Amino acid sequence: MAEAKTLFQKLWDSHRVVDLDDGEALVYIDRHLVNEVTSPQAFEGLGRRGRKPWRVDAVLAAADHNVPTLMRSQGISDQLALVQVRALASNCQALGITHYGMDDARQGILHVIAPELGITQPGMTIACGDSHTSTHGAFGALAFGIGTSDIEHLLASQCLRMRPLKTLRITVSGTLGKGVSSKDLALGIIARLGASGGAGHAIEFAGDTIESLSMEARMTLCNMSIEAGARVGLVGVDQTTIDYLQGRVAVPSGDAWEQAQAYWREFVSDEGARFDRELAISAESIQPIVTWGTSPDMSCTIDGRVPLPEDIEPTRRDSYTQALFYMDLCPGMAISDIRLDKVFIGSCTNARIEDLRIAASVVKGQRVASSIRQALVVPGSGMVKAQAEAEGLDRIFVDAGFEWREPGCSMCLGMNEDRLLPGERCASTSNRNFEGRQGAGGRSHLVSPAMAAAAAIAGHFVDVRTC
Amino acid sequence: MQPFTTLDGLVVPLDRRDVDTDAIMPKQFMKSIRRTGFGQNLFDSWRYLDEGVPGADCSNRPLNPEFSLNQPRYQGAQILLCRDNFGCGSSREHAVWGIEEFGFRVLLGTSFADIFFNNCLKNGVLPIRLAPEVIDSLFVQVEQTPGLRLQVDLPQQQVRCGEQQWRFDIDGHRKHCLIEGLDDIDLTLARTDEIERYEQQRQRRTPWLFEPVEGL
Ligand code: SF4
Repeated sequence: MAEAKTLFQKLWDSHRVVDLDDGEALVYIDRHLVNEVTSPQAFEGLGRRGRKPWRVDAVLAAADHNVPTLMRSQGISDQLALVQVRALASNCQALGITHYGMDDARQGILHVIAPELGITQPGMTIACGDSHTSTHGAFGALAFGIGTSDIEHLLASQCLRMRPLKTLRITVSGTLGKGVSSKDLALGIIARLGASGGAGHAIEFAGDTIESLSMEARMTLCNMSIEAGARVGLVGVDQTTIDYLQGRVAVPSGDAWEQAQAYWREFVSDEGARFDRELAISAESIQPIVTWGTSPDMSCTIDGRVPLPEDIEPTRRDSYTQALFYMDLCPGMAISDIRLDKVFIGSCTNARIEDLRIAASVVKGQRVASSIRQALVVPGSGMVKAQAEAEGLDRIFVDAGFEWREPGCSMCLGMNEDRLLPGERCASTSNRNFEGRQGAGGRSHLVSPAMAAAAAIAGHFVDVRTC
Repeated sequence: MQPFTTLDGLVVPLDRRDVDTDAIMPKQFMKSIRRTGFGQNLFDSWRYLDEGVPGADCSNRPLNPEFSLNQPRYQGAQILLCRDNFGCGSSREHAVWGIEEFGFRVLLGTSFADIFFNNCLKNGVLPIRLAPEVIDSLFVQVEQTPGLRLQVDLPQQQVRCGEQQWRFDIDGHRKHCLIEGLDDIDLTLARTDEIERYEQQRQRRTPWLFEPVEGL
């Protein structure tokens, strides 16, 4: 009988070009996603050394980080951003790479558009100069972020040099409560593992809870793997994966669909496969979560309080004190007493159609609190935006006092005009609450789309289960 | 890439865990399409008291006197002593370009985030992992001993401080590339035949991945 393999092992074995010394291997990459911020120096390096791209049809590029989400027809007013966005367009044009510019209906955050176009498929390797590439692991693909030197390496050779990751299986069982989402599950797991607890590992999410999640919810979970230090998140292929893929633009049809489907179904961990680490979590233990600190593992449940120094492990007290100082919060303060200035619903974590539907269902017929200075909804892609508009979600948001914007990363990292001002406090559906992440001096609290929507209406955090 | 063999350098402590790449190189400075010019904005929001503007000269900006990198005793440091999970967060290599341009060649800590670790090695910066007790003791020593220097010996895989010495691990290929200052793209392209062979086999197995797609 063949040896039982993990999903990671199958992906690794099927992409290994050659084993090198020291346990490293040359790994073939099926798809390369390229953004405007981390690629210019790679294209420049490639040209300077007179190298040619290995395989341009494996590359998809889109500007997502820097693009404005308002008044696109007027172009980009930020001159530095404009240079980057133009550099991406001209590099792609010169090399023949498919590129979605700001005015293309398919433009959006790469981790949203590749899955929705069907470019992301099971059994693939996918790399991108962005750490949230882990998102695509929801399809049973080996997907991870790389730096600019590796972008150049990948453009030149279609390969990366790497060593196998260790494997961690997180088995989640039971039913997530009403109002509890995969974002809460992700934050709960990060709190358990710590911000570096998954380092060196590919995390596979398994168990009946994961099987019952939609592809959108699985993407949110894999997206956040990097916040536990894991470069890779994975979910095995099942009927939900296949159903999501069917009919998407880049997915084969006819005989090729049958052939592809049969191939994809192999990408699950075999019964009896051995993982380096295992963790079991009960879905019932997960409640809506709000982060209070400056690392995604600094969080507590909505009915909780900002921890007291004695609740914190001694080696972590310094970071706790620094975080509370930066966040301007007092120990013991109730999470529901935290008042907000801004609300951001967006990012590659939570700006897919399902996220917007959930947020809209909370907002419907209500008004954003008058104390909220700005409440933004930024769809993850042009296709998400069009779908939401077809369903009338934009009206629900606008009627409630939200701003409805064009797709992009926006206030997830504040590289464009959408950002927090110093001292402003935000409920955000994004993935990082680092100091200054959403704007210098800004304070971010990570939550699910439902919790962000409820907070916008109340002006402070509230338990969405009681709204 | 600048080769690395040995270094005798001054140490500066940065006593924080989970230092993320947004803190190392805030996003407003990543709008450059060049590989240089990042050193002056390294740790920008901790180093300066005002808000940094991309592309602007930093020589007259008010410095935060509390921040270790600004203190006179640490000027000219080439070794950064850090805590757990340094370089977490975004994959931006700009963080490493800033570190290198500022003058650091070695980072000493208990753990580094995966992508960041890899990015360092591709830019001639050596991240060294040592046991938590060693890192704790170095934080104490650097505080107590003005001008503390460490000797880093990559061929021997050793860090030395006076009588004390510690061995560190590094992957053989990475060590070789650092010592020789090699860019590994050439090494990979020397395997062109193997890559082509793999690709043909992949194309037979998953032909749809190699066919042009209408409407993309
Ligand atoms: S939405 Fe945020 S996390 Fe996602 S790719 Fe954009 S900047 Fe990165």
